[in-house]
Amino acid sequence: MAASGRIDPMHQFQIHPLVGDLNGSPFVFTNSALWMLVVLGLIWLFMLGGMKRQLVPGRWQIAVEGVTGFVESMLSTSVGPEGKRFVPWVFTIFMFILTANLLGLMPFALVGVHPFTVTSQFTITGVMAIMSFSIVLITGFWRHKLHFFSLFVPAGTPFVLKLLIVPIEFVSFMVRPFSLATRLFVAMIAGHILCEVFANFVVQGLNAGGAAGPAISLVSFVFIMGVMALEMLVCAIQAYVFALLTSLYINDAVNLH
Amino acid sequence: MDLASAKMIGAGLAGIGVGAAAIGVGIVFGQFLNSAIRNPAAADGQQGRLFIGFAAAELLGLMAFVVAMMIMFM
Repeated sequence: MAASGRIDPMHQFQIHPLVGDLNGSPFVFTNSALWMLVVLGLIWLFMLGGMKRQLVPGRWQIAVEGVTGFVESMLSTSVGPEGKRFVPWVFTIFMFILTANLLGLMPFALVGVHPFTVTSQFTITGVMAIMSFSIVLITGFWRHKLHFFSLFVPAGTPFVLKLLIVPIEFVSFMVRPFSLATRLFVAMIAGHILCEVFANFVVQGLNAGGAAGPAISLVSFVFIMGVMALEMLVCAIQAYVFALLTSLYINDAVNLH
Repeated sequence: MDLASAKMIGAGLAGIGVGAAAIGVGIVFGQFLNSAIRNPAAADGQQGRLFIGFAAAELLGLMAFVVAMMIMFM
């Protein structure tokens, strides 16, 4: 990338097959699948270490209980006592997104392995958003039957305003999975492109030499450290926002305003 | 002006939206801090609403980024 002199920040998001052929075989093991398995393994290890159910919890168990307690309190504040039933799903997406985001930032390139951020693909965030949305729809129609459509009609609206508000509410409801998925994958892509571009500035500034080259490299290097710190914050915030919005949407389905 | 340079200028103009979203996010957090300092006891209970507002403001900026990327690469 840097060798050709032209910055190619989109290269890191490319999916390439590790086993099989993208054009031929129906079963292809891609780098995306590999990193999803790594994320699964990490979460598994994290949970295994903390699920010993000791009476006096060790450090690890406290860490696991902190995360589950965090998700549970988020659901109980936004949904109420019914929210406990949705803890498994919200916990799953929260942990998956958080681990995948943070894994994508890890500097494994130092040992020659390029981490792949699975959450930077619209297919993956889209599937997660559609699953959240399906849970909302299924819960809503299961509990309230066709009365669920009253979600689009705020109580006590005059008839003339209803003509205007109902289509708006409908559109804002239907756009939810799209906005959930877009927010996550764009935030990841934007951060990684920014890091890639400035990392290239460091290399190219050193290659250029002269007086200005190393100075630009140094400035870019300091900047990239700040961006990395911001990216870690964004990783956590995006996972939190995805889980929070999912629990709010579940609240709509369970309690109907 | 040829198409390639017009695309680049268009993408740059679309990027202005990201700055506008930055103003929005700043307003969200600034107002939160403003009220949290006045009443620190009530601040923790409002963090969910803070992040909802943050998410809504940020989404529109990310949309501007998507538009810029689409102009550049599609």
